[in-house]
Amino acid sequence: MLYGFLVLLICQLVGELIVRYLDLPFPGPVVGMAILLIALMINGGVPDSIRQASEGLLSYLALLFVPAGVGLMVHFQLIAADGLTILTALVLSTALTLLVTGFILNRMAPDAIEKDQKG
Amino acid sequence: MNDIVNIWVYLSASPILSIVITITGFLIATRINRLAGGSAFLHPVIVAIALIVAFLTLVETSYEQYFEGAQFIHFLLGPATVALAVPLFDHLDRVRLMFWPIIIACFSGILTAALSTIGIVLLMGGSRETVLSLTPKSVTSPIAMGIAEKIGGFPSLTAGLVLVTGAIGCVIGPVLFRLLRIRDHSVQGFTMGLAAHGFGTAQCFTISSVAGAFAGLAMGMTGMVSAFVLPVLVKVLGI
Repeated sequence: MLYGFLVLLICQLVGELIVRYLDLPFPGPVVGMAILLIALMINGGVPDSIRQASEGLLSYLALLFVPAGVGLMVHFQLIAADGLTILTALVLSTALTLLVTGFILNRMAPDAIEKDQKG
Repeated sequence: MNDIVNIWVYLSASPILSIVITITGFLIATRINRLAGGSAFLHPVIVAIALIVAFLTLVETSYEQYFEGAQFIHFLLGPATVALAVPLFDHLDRVRLMFWPIIIACFSGILTAALSTIGIVLLMGGSRETVLSLTPKSVTSPIAMGIAEKIGGFPSLTAGLVLVTGAIGCVIGPVLFRLLRIRDHSVQGFTMGLAAHGFGTAQCFTISSVAGAFAGLAMGMTGMVSAFVLPVLVKVLGI
């Protein structure tokens, strides 16, 4: 468990270093996730301690969002000023995203499975 | 009375108070959500945020003071993001099987989410900060916050709006699937994970394990692809 947690932290550290060094436009932990994914593919499996640490952290994922979410209180003015715009954008865009993604995947997915079975 | 004030001053300076408030708020919110029958409108994270904001306002504590302690919980989002590689690895076989449909749906979904958000906010006259904070709204929080920071939005505003997006997706999703007659659980799962990240994933695990697995996959893929695509998109559009 501790070993697994250390692996996660080291992946994040290397990710942060790569982002800093190459001045990449995305967050360090994302690069850390890519590094871990590649490492797991090379390893061909997930070591027990890494699985334990990952599942432990991910089972409390919702709690980890709370401190940042409380930060909404700092933006009361912006939310009050753009409130209707924000709500409209969130509802319409989420509906549109669900519609487009679901429609495309629903049309294409059965074909892909069929081809796979034939091939 | 003076003693109580002294104790309060001492506690306010220590991280223990913020951490206890955060976990207590979350547990109360979880209980409230369970009493409400698990309604997506009363998602534990949203309720917890509302409770904690109300409490902090009541005791006149600023967000900066609160976050000084709460950052120790917040820090764990980094390793948790790295940990997403494990469920992603678990579903690699499924990705290979549906590779191209998933890739095309993933890119179309991400572009739809970002462009429709930017379009609606600009049309309705929202500020630049609002546009940039809203753009990564369908991306799972830890990555969305990183993207917002990179493109010039407010990470804390993004975090809150991402959570609201998740709750909205959980309400709209099932209705749309009925209208579009989408019955395949893998399609439902991927769609929910793309548009409503962790909230959608959690809800999909209650439908079936296939739906949950595909939602988790979509959440991970959307996060990774968005982190690469959105900063470039914003630069190209010149926002």
